[in-house]
Amino acid sequence: MIEDNVVQRVLAVALRTGGDFAEVFAEDKRLSSGHLDDGRVEELTSGLDRGAGIRVVRGDTTGFAHTADLSETGLRGAAEAAAAAARAGGGGVHEVALQPRADRQAHPIAEYPADVPKARKVELLQRADAAARAEGSSIRQVSASYADSRRRILVANSDGLHTTDDQVRTRFMVQCVAAGDTGMQTGLEAPGRTIGFELFAEVDVDEVARTAARRALDMLKARPAPSGKLPVVLKAGAGGVLFHEACGHGLEADLVNRDASVFRGRVGERVASPLVTLVDDGTYGREWGTYAIDDEGHVAQRNTLIENGVLTDYMWDFLRARKEGRASSGNGRRQTYQHLPMVRMTNTYVLDGADDPEEIIRQTPYGIYCVALGGGSVNTATGDFVFGMTEAYLIENGEVTDPVRAANLIGNGPDVLQAVDAVGNDFLTWTGTCGKDGQSVPVSAGQPTLRVASMTVGGTAA
Amino acid sequence: MTELLDLAERVAGWTRGGEQVEAYVARTHDTSVRVYDGDVESLSSAQTEGIGVRVIAGQRQGFAYAGSLDETSLRETLDDARDNAGFGTVDEFLGLPAPDGVPAAELDLFRVELAAFPTDRKVQLAIELDRVVRAADPRIRGVETAEYGDASIEAAIASSTGVRAHARRTTCSLYAYAIAGEGADTQTGYGWSIGRAPDDLDVSRAASMAAERATRLLGATKPASRRVTAVLDPMVTASFLGVLSGALSGESVLKGRSMFAGREGEQVAVVGLTLTDDPTNPEARGASCYDAEGLATRRNVLIENGVLQGFVQNAYTARRAGAASTGSAVRGGFKTTPGVGTRALALVPGTRTQQELLSDIGDGLLVLSVQGLHSGANPVSGDFSVGCEGLVVRDGVAAEPVREATIASTLQRMLHDVVGVGSDLEWLPGGAAGLSLAIRDVTLSGA
Repeated sequence: MIEDNVVQRVLAVALRTGGDFAEVFAEDKRLSSGHLDDGRVEELTSGLDRGAGIRVVRGDTTGFAHTADLSETGLRGAAEAAAAAARAGGGGVHEVALQPRADRQAHPIAEYPADVPKARKVELLQRADAAARAEGSSIRQVSASYADSRRRILVANSDGLHTTDDQVRTRFMVQCVAAGDTGMQTGLEAPGRTIGFELFAEVDVDEVARTAARRALDMLKARPAPSGKLPVVLKAGAGGVLFHEACGHGLEADLVNRDASVFRGRVGERVASPLVTLVDDGTYGREWGTYAIDDEGHVAQRNTLIENGVLTDYMWDFLRARKEGRASSGNGRRQTYQHLPMVRMTNTYVLDGADDPEEIIRQTPYGIYCVALGGGSVNTATGDFVFGMTEAYLIENGEVTDPVRAANLIGNGPDVLQAVDAVGNDFLTWTGTCGKDGQSVPVSAGQPTLRVASMTVGGTAA
Repeated sequence: MTELLDLAERVAGWTRGGEQVEAYVARTHDTSVRVYDGDVESLSSAQTEGIGVRVIAGQRQGFAYAGSLDETSLRETLDDARDNAGFGTVDEFLGLPAPDGVPAAELDLFRVELAAFPTDRKVQLAIELDRVVRAADPRIRGVETAEYGDASIEAAIASSTGVRAHARRTTCSLYAYAIAGEGADTQTGYGWSIGRAPDDLDVSRAASMAAERATRLLGATKPASRRVTAVLDPMVTASFLGVLSGALSGESVLKGRSMFAGREGEQVAVVGLTLTDDPTNPEARGASCYDAEGLATRRNVLIENGVLQGFVQNAYTARRAGAASTGSAVRGGFKTTPGVGTRALALVPGTRTQQELLSDIGDGLLVLSVQGLHSGANPVSGDFSVGCEGLVVRDGVAAEPVREATIASTLQRMLHDVVGVGSDLEWLPGGAAGLSLAIRDVTLSGA
């Protein structure tokens, strides 16, 4: 993307006004997507974003500028702007000795989506439309999206780091609307992995469409959700986002350092039920949050956050780690070259326990069985969080019975972690997008079937 | 100043026989200063630009975008869009709009003084904001974020069907997120001040809002589950209107995704409730002279006296619905095709202050903030269940704070259950104005 000697000269310019750290982050992201709605392929889209962000750190102040111009002139201009923004005084000449460049990729890609004929992508959309509509005439509307991206990044900094990554992601999404006597309901299914077009050797788009359709159809029969405190059994995969919200964000070192986390100062303490072990693993499989290096050039790693209920560590990016005199945990991420990095999750998982998932349901006299979730959010300072159930059922006398209408669950992170009283052995993952401070990044969450002894369900039934 | 329009016109000029081409070109200059603990944490200053090209050929549509405006990018983007058009479904309703003769409102949304406002002063404002929030109340334990931001945004559209539009605007904002503590209890609150130029900004207003919102929830407990009458604070009402917006889009209606589909002329809300979308109102944060297809924006009445009047449309949805575009094409920047949406929703205000509404209802809940709206409010089904924080209303006055609760109903019922509309209309960040709104028979879930 940029020649080595240019990178070296640009870093020197960035440090010319006295900064103590400088970094060049260059990105070339190509995207292709297709959207089908209302039976029509509305359009295919191709996109290109290319540019570099330059960061200069002086003491506790970061100066940042970015440019879409990857020529030496463009990069120098951005470096000067970032250096000026870091409000440096001093000055002087800095020589940056770059290490030999390390080109990385999390895993080999079998079929680069750019090499796949567009007609094959369109065909997937049409197949999904047909499969969803075949579920019955109550399916009134289907939308299907295909999207792939190839994101090549280069990170070089004044510590000599010089590395690249080549990240390929592919995702497929189906949303259905079903109509019946009780009005309309929606159902969604959206698998994605950090791989190429080989995704479709593993994911059957017909099955994705049927799942979305069935979800919408089931909800037509739904009763109003109960209101008040109840035991909640989270089906494997579906509940990972709860842990992402309920404790993951609160374990991000930037929020901890700002006194904006209920988990501040609690390393070594029991913060969860002994059944809970929580990891964030940027290396896991080919999941949606996987990469070879983070957006600061640090190699992805598996970090244990909570072990048997005891808080073991937070997640770190370069700046926050540097302040504490420790190493980054490989969690520095940014949406694009136009953004500053911050601490972000990757693939955040509650590990398997010993319980039989069916037994967990059998031992729940009355409660909620939650199968699919929409989004959620958390106030990390208080730990209060919400997340939306999009497919859920009542548990009555140890059996899953009627579906209930969409409702939010609400709770407090530390309380919910303590209230986990059964953890199954059927671990699954879930694909999502995490938003923080206006930046979105791909993540996954995951967990085995587990039960929270009591959470507030925000339904309308008494 | 018209360089972007020239660029857009050049690309539109490359149209071949038998096709329509629309070029949307945008450029943003922005600055953001973040202060933490009295010192600058980060300062970024950047220019972002790009082009999105739509091609319609043989009644099929294709799209492409690029985040740069060099000659190669312009040509390649058009080529990609052209190639993509070969894969869309044939649809007789596809087509770019032609100018419809509606004159664009003359809106003064650009302030030249922003460009001359020095970076040092931006830094000072953010530092001052951090300091004033800390000093506002002894219970303020910290300021998680104190931020100054501004942007100068310019966009141009040109098409082979004769559309020519160019607009620019500036925005400035201060934003603070305060953390308050008392004993083991922690609460947070945000405050802001927004405008088009730095002179519009009010540090003390942003600071006192953040401090007040953080401290007034200290000591909050989980309320008992029950049915209540809720008074939504203006910020909450604006979020509620944002959800309704999805159901008022002509696209949602055509595609069977709106709870209002087929209900024009029906009483969908309580008598007395009137909802408009008026991007020509310069007070609105979403004010704009042109829509995202280059047609003039206009005032659209969506619900009048509780009766559904119609939906907002862009060129495509209008053609399919046999209607005219309402100038309501929207797009999330140069990377997307135009959709349909509202920019400046507002309820016609009533005559009661918030305090009067509280005394009217006697007992209930004043809802100060909601969480989980994107997952908990569904404009297709109308299901509504969101997390909330607020103050219990007892004997007509706001009393003790509550948290970790939800309120639930359905959007359809809530519109009929409105029992009071406040007089306190206020344009808020985002696409809607807020005012206090009293809604009866909402399920509060807590302990």
